[in-house]
Amino acid sequence: MKVHAPAGETELADLVRHLAATGTPVEVAGGRTRLGLGHPVEAMARITTAAMTGITLYEPAALTIVVRAGTPLAEVEAALAAEGQHLPFEPADHRALLGSRGTPTIGGAYATGVSGPRRVQAGACRDCAIGVRLVSGAGDVVANGGRVMKNVTGYDLVKLICGSFGTLGVVTEIAFKVLPRPEMSATLTLAGLDEARAVAALSRALASPYGVSGAAHLAGGGDGPLTLLRIEGFAASVDYRAARLRELLAAFGEATVDTDQVAVAAGWRRLRDVEVFAGRPGAVWRLSVKPTDAPLLVGELRRRLADTQALYDWGGGLVWLLVAEEGDCGAAAIRGLLARFGGHATLVRAGQATRRSVAVFEPQAPGIAALADGLRRRFDPSGILNPGRMAAVA
Amino acid sequence: MPAAAATLIEMPRPDATVIARRAEIVAALEAAAGAENVISQPAETLAYECDALAAYRCPPLAVVLPRTTEQVSAVLKACRRFAVPVVPRGSGTSLAGGALPTADSVVVGVSRLNRVLEIDLANRFIRVEAGITNLAVSEAVADDGFFYAPDPSSQLACAIAGNVAMNSGGAHCLKYGVTTNNLLGVRMVLMNGDIVELGGPHLDPAGYDLIGVVCGSEGQFGVVTEAVLRILPKPEGARPILMGFASNAIAGACVADIVKSGVLPVAMEFMDRPAVIACENFAHAGYPTDVAALLIVEVEGSPAEIDEQLARIREIAARHEPQIVRESRSAVQSDLIWKGRKAAFGAMGQLADYMCMDGVIPTSRLPGVLARVDEMSAEYGLKVANVFHAGDGNLHPLILYDANKPGDQEKCEAFGADILRLCVEVGGCLTGEHGVGIEKRELMVHQYSPADLEYQMRVKDVFDPDWLLNPAKVFPIAASHARRTRNHPPQAAP
Repeated sequence: MKVHAPAGETELADLVRHLAATGTPVEVAGGRTRLGLGHPVEAMARITTAAMTGITLYEPAALTIVVRAGTPLAEVEAALAAEGQHLPFEPADHRALLGSRGTPTIGGAYATGVSGPRRVQAGACRDCAIGVRLVSGAGDVVANGGRVMKNVTGYDLVKLICGSFGTLGVVTEIAFKVLPRPEMSATLTLAGLDEARAVAALSRALASPYGVSGAAHLAGGGDGPLTLLRIEGFAASVDYRAARLRELLAAFGEATVDTDQVAVAAGWRRLRDVEVFAGRPGAVWRLSVKPTDAPLLVGELRRRLADTQALYDWGGGLVWLLVAEEGDCGAAAIRGLLARFGGHATLVRAGQATRRSVAVFEPQAPGIAALADGLRRRFDPSGILNPGRMAAVA
Repeated sequence: MPAAAATLIEMPRPDATVIARRAEIVAALEAAAGAENVISQPAETLAYECDALAAYRCPPLAVVLPRTTEQVSAVLKACRRFAVPVVPRGSGTSLAGGALPTADSVVVGVSRLNRVLEIDLANRFIRVEAGITNLAVSEAVADDGFFYAPDPSSQLACAIAGNVAMNSGGAHCLKYGVTTNNLLGVRMVLMNGDIVELGGPHLDPAGYDLIGVVCGSEGQFGVVTEAVLRILPKPEGARPILMGFASNAIAGACVADIVKSGVLPVAMEFMDRPAVIACENFAHAGYPTDVAALLIVEVEGSPAEIDEQLARIREIAARHEPQIVRESRSAVQSDLIWKGRKAAFGAMGQLADYMCMDGVIPTSRLPGVLARVDEMSAEYGLKVANVFHAGDGNLHPLILYDANKPGDQEKCEAFGADILRLCVEVGGCLTGEHGVGIEKRELMVHQYSPADLEYQMRVKDVFDPDWLLNPAKVFPIAASHARRTRNHPPQAAP
């Protein structure tokens, strides 16, 4: 496979025009750590953004940063940390879960729309993204949004492109709203709750004014079920909020409070990266549902697929499932339940053969699918960018 | 009140063949939505001839106020059959002419779709019909300790439908975001009558983020009839501090230092001297009128948390030699501090006619931009007062003019356009929360290249292939001309 690493937008645009003219399907890659997401792409060439790197603008006082797509996430995070700031949406590192190697890039995080535990408080990747530059499948350079955090000038393509897995264009630069990095973090842990009680506890905490920035539940594991809440802020404020939350949740048991900064950070990083399922055999699903439905849905699913393991994030609104990798990996069972409960499921990890035969993304109502297809055809008329990666059916 | 319809901003010539078939069209609308929901008498359609950009007005062919999504669907199908443009309308509070009709258009208003459909506190969302007012959403959950975060200053009147169309913001968006960050799902009717559901109570989209591009599409993709909105727990408390400075530059530097310090206020409002004086004369809020710039910074939390944050802010402000620092000590004092700021538009309205601009600048450029606006004010001979959401860079210059003085409105619009071009030049944008509408349509070329606009228009091609929804908004009229006229020979009615 021929690999192209254009150094800039103009070179990239020329290249894409050439590929479009010759009808050459191309895989779009950043740091190659998330290529296992979506349907496998049958491509004859690869475009990598690896040569388009660097922070083009960073104004800490304006809480904004503009970054070229190929910039390693670690580099962005380090630059922000030096000013006491961070990316609010806490993008996951998929390497452990997917068993991939490479370097996660900011463009890859944006193109796949990954958002970590702080999604419940600070918003998703798409909420923090405020500007984008891309080269469309026709080879046109397109800019949308800008570098200011409030902007309703024209349509918001910044959201549309986020999470479109490189099927609408090759992203070259993204602007983000950033936030102050909290002075201190703490984790409150409740032990031994069943899943329904755990989600009830998370709901109660998230309905409180105490600024919960992480709300997760580990259903199984060596220590039994653990229900976790994160609080962040100034030191005195974290102490106060932890104490109030312990009172508020007293009916759910005695919560312990961990303020060891290294341990707290590591714990939420493991959650963010779904490390609990890393290196374990089986397929991994990601479900986005109404939080209180999550335990009911998982309960019913266990009756159909024994040995289903679950990790709950976003107060129950995000469920990671580990199921046996056999047959359709539970696709029919999961989607049958979702038809009743609402929400959607994505097959995050499975072998290539499975990802060819099972619909990775939730099949959509015909009207919505037609809109999505229309958009793809207008942004990539020759159908060369990551063809099939987000296809409705395998 | 301006008397005659102004003609500064060009609107497309109405389609005579559509107007000629008015009776037929009205009959079709009545069949679609029921005669009791159709307004066709000229005396009554007059109420829908403009929005809050009242200098521009044009009565529509007819107005429909459906009571169900299904009626909206039937109405849009009928309009499409006759190739009639449709202007969706919430409460008509757009400052950008976003709901301005054309003489050959049908206004589809959602004001009768105003019910709360579902409140789910455990999952922290509310499902509403889109004609409900912004404030009514917060009120519906207030007793349970929740609120809906986006709070445009028109929140008493403006509809969620309009908030979704314009991606409305408000004073508290520095912490809580704007509409798009708090909108989880919509039910909308496409121009072909299809009813689609996007998103829902869950937190992220399946497939492409269509809600993300629907929000802020200015009613050009469909008629939104229902919305699922995030509701948030109310903070324990909130308290503002008021600080006056010797210059715009010093106040700007103080804002930058506050942001860099790690304190995240819920609101940071900046007023320049003309704005302070006008507001004080109008509202008697106790503002110091001898300062060059006034900052109102509000923080949230428990009493102790508020104290700590305000102490940090005072410490930072002290480095900028404030002429006055007044921390609210009570709810009464807080209300008084906000009273002046919230009265800004009313205060200006007493002085003269005014136009409210809505540009955004990188916050670091505030002093330079205000200095330049001052110079322009002298050049045009029109006074200007500036209020500014300092945390997010959203600048609202209020340009004063006299609508009865020939040429003054033209001058005012030219001045406004100059300010917005300046915003773009320094790295900002044309509009932060009001939307483009007709008002800033022709300025889009200063922010976006032809290719940038082309790809936005391609998105509209997908949702509304015949370009019938909310015509002549958002895009320069020449840029959209070919698309708007391509499919418009009226088709025969069945």
